[in-house]
Amino acid sequence: MIKTDVVIIGAGAVGCAIARELSKYEIDVIVVDKNEDIGGDASKSNSAIIHTGYDAAPGTLESQLVVAANPMYDRLAKELDVPFRRIGAILPAITLEQFEQLPAIMEKAFKNHVYDVEYKSAAELLEMEPNLNPEVKGGLFIPRESIIDPFILCQALAENACENGVHFLPGAKVTGINVENGRIKSVLTAKGEISTTYVINSAGLYCDEIAAMVGKADYKVVPRKGQFFILDKNTSCKVNHIVLPIPTKVTKGKLMCPTIHGNMLIGPTAEDIPDKEDKSVTYEGLASIEQDVRKLVPNVCIRDTITQYCGLRPNRNPEGLHFDMYDDLYGYINLSGVRSTGLTLSVAMAKYVVRQMLWSGAKLNLKENFIPRRKGIVVFHELPINEQAALVKKNPLYGNIICRCETITEAEILDAIHRPLGAKSIDAVKRRVRAGMGRCQGGFCGPKVIEILSRELNIPVESVNKNNPGSYMVSGTNK
Amino acid sequence: MENIFEMFCDVAIVGGGPAGLSAAVAAKEEGSQKVLIIERDNALGGILQQCIHPGFGLKLFNEELTGPEYYGRFIKKAKELGVEYLLSTMVLEVNAENKIITCVNSQTGLTLIKAGSIVLAMGCRERTRANIMVPGTRPAGLYTAGSAQRLLNRQNIMVGKKIVILGSGDIGMIMARRMTLEGARVVMVVELMDYLAGLTRNKVQCLDDFGIPLRLSHTITKIVGNKRVEGVYVAPVGPDRKPVVEKEEFVECDTVLFSVGLIPENELTKKAGIKIDPVTSGPAVDQYMQTSAEGIFACGNVVHVNDLVDNVSSESAIAGKYAAKYAAGNLNAHTRLVRCVPGVNIRYICPQFIKVGGDEEKARLYFRVQKPMKQVTLVAKSGSEIILKQKEIRVNPGEMNSMEIETSKLASDDLILEVDSDSQA
Repeated sequence: MIKTDVVIIGAGAVGCAIARELSKYEIDVIVVDKNEDIGGDASKSNSAIIHTGYDAAPGTLESQLVVAANPMYDRLAKELDVPFRRIGAILPAITLEQFEQLPAIMEKAFKNHVYDVEYKSAAELLEMEPNLNPEVKGGLFIPRESIIDPFILCQALAENACENGVHFLPGAKVTGINVENGRIKSVLTAKGEISTTYVINSAGLYCDEIAAMVGKADYKVVPRKGQFFILDKNTSCKVNHIVLPIPTKVTKGKLMCPTIHGNMLIGPTAEDIPDKEDKSVTYEGLASIEQDVRKLVPNVCIRDTITQYCGLRPNRNPEGLHFDMYDDLYGYINLSGVRSTGLTLSVAMAKYVVRQMLWSGAKLNLKENFIPRRKGIVVFHELPINEQAALVKKNPLYGNIICRCETITEAEILDAIHRPLGAKSIDAVKRRVRAGMGRCQGGFCGPKVIEILSRELNIPVESVNKNNPGSYMVSGTNK
Repeated sequence: MENIFEMFCDVAIVGGGPAGLSAAVAAKEEGSQKVLIIERDNALGGILQQCIHPGFGLKLFNEELTGPEYYGRFIKKAKELGVEYLLSTMVLEVNAENKIITCVNSQTGLTLIKAGSIVLAMGCRERTRANIMVPGTRPAGLYTAGSAQRLLNRQNIMVGKKIVILGSGDIGMIMARRMTLEGARVVMVVELMDYLAGLTRNKVQCLDDFGIPLRLSHTITKIVGNKRVEGVYVAPVGPDRKPVVEKEEFVECDTVLFSVGLIPENELTKKAGIKIDPVTSGPAVDQYMQTSAEGIFACGNVVHVNDLVDNVSSESAIAGKYAAKYAAGNLNAHTRLVRCVPGVNIRYICPQFIKVGGDEEKARLYFRVQKPMKQVTLVAKSGSEIILKQKEIRVNPGEMNSMEIETSKLASDDLILEVDSDSQA
């Protein structure tokens, strides 16, 4: 049996952030996940926005954590080499009814201690965002709303945690948790039993099932489906900011924003569904996105879509973000209701969790040799030409472009495969270096990446998966 | 600059597929000294490398050749004429004004090529599942027909065993036959429109001969499966092309191939600031295949998606010839610009412009119709005056038509092309 101090269940943003935070201390940590790659479920399919918390419910844990997390990202993005930009959000009022709501939204922002929200006139908004609906009456500007690469955020947190001694166990679905005398004893996984003192349940969509294993299922996860469009970088109608709709009582609505890599993202829908595995996009969902976003940006060119995807936010019933520790179950920490703000608040949640562990009596001594920095994969196409030239001279594989749409080189793909917690599947390569994320969606580079994975991992082509086991890319070689 | 390799040539050609090869040969034949092809793949031939089926060259050579046999003839000629080429080399940027190409490979590294003229021959890419927004999940087992063809014919890899093909494009139909021959079961080909997207001969030879059902006026309404494709829902569509969801049925399969159209690959062209025709998604060209940027020519599927490679070769020879003339300073100035205007039932015309008073007295127009018609007359008018009539038994959006115009007859600034129904005429 493997022995450790802490088992973190779930390698999404929250799990990875906690792992990295705990890796600053003299304590053994193992992160288990049912998936083969780090990065979770909800953490990889969302709007990729780092929120300010201006619109959270004031006074809640969610508000506290989001508001605290936002300023952390400047330093974190530098330390961990994560693509991050403070582009700001605008909240335009298109109708008079919406315009009348602005003071209340501003008031809420102040209650959440987000003081830098500003009013902008229609003319100012149209200058900031020329493609905005010209009927705009005025609106708010929220300067610290930001965009990030959500995949790289998780990878960076995990890689850095790994470098500082945290172990990751992918493909290790948790099947049970042993409790003895009111304390956590061990965690049973598809890859064996792990003896541990602490269990941190950051299983997102599946956190209620984990909680049920220790008899703490006083809530149910209600997946909230969000469908999105991604548009080509070359689309004619772009926006410079995160363009948010004025929320209604029912929904926060559908937004349009640039991604950190220059595509346009529009969505999401918000549909409560019963099935945690239902990751399908629908005619109705996609049509509703187009219809709603047109109210904000009338000329948005849906025809330029290069992909559509859907994510499931792990909402819960009763609602709200919850942090729970239990007097009758020492060592168990339950995180639930980590929904659309989860990506943002992950890094603050990590601090919060460690503080709570200290208060509950955990012995956590800071390491002397913690390595705070992580170097990302060099992005060839973003370099100036003389640096590109020098790089190819040094390593000729930078001269071999594999993904033509995103200009990704073989050297970058090999780095993705061979670095700690490296890529073992097509999607894992895609989420590390963007090969296959462009307009042809892997049509050209896919066949090459299959061969590269097969060669580098020394596995037959039919063992190359899109992501998890069972998602084989090809059925085999020919006679 | 340190570490940057520099090269010079008269005519630089981006892409070594059938278009680039034909342009290179023509440029050489026109007398260009140094003609350089820049090819991203590790061999010349372009997409024809994976087209191992016959059917090429009927128009140009009066023979039925396979893809490799067809481009093999051009490579042989190109080598005899001394065409030079760089392989596994990706063009990163084309500077239209200075005629400088920035490219990269593992041998010469970051490389700048200064050219007298440039021919863009990058071909096209396939439309994807996402482009046509098919609902459902995103499992493994979704391929464009061309990707599956590359895997099978160049990498010897089968993508799956039980196949549904969406779209009746030529590659899709050819892959239906190919996958069947390799032991897969092609359950059906599903086509949204009420007519075939590709060539009729491909339906006969690839579907009918193998008993593969073609479902016209149907579409896939949902893809099912979280790991690998488990099946699709197929439904008929109404006259508005919207699926009749009540009539959808589940079809089990492990693979879906998409043969739903091709898009000229013009990212370099757009970045170079060259004007694009929104209908063809390719650069607007004149009869010399010159784009809006002087000295930058374009040919083949990067300009407009062709049905037959023979047409690509003919058109590309024009581009190569005039690119060579331009590089040598011998392309005569024109006196007047005539617009080619698509009239009744014409989707687009290539070239989009004709220059009158320059070099060529005849200009060949390639065009596609919007909807299929039988017993028609193609009518070319200069302004309101009819200058040419041509009878056709049938016209079809899947098959390209062409017509040769004498430029001296173009009195008006508009050349209008239309399809007239003979019953009315």
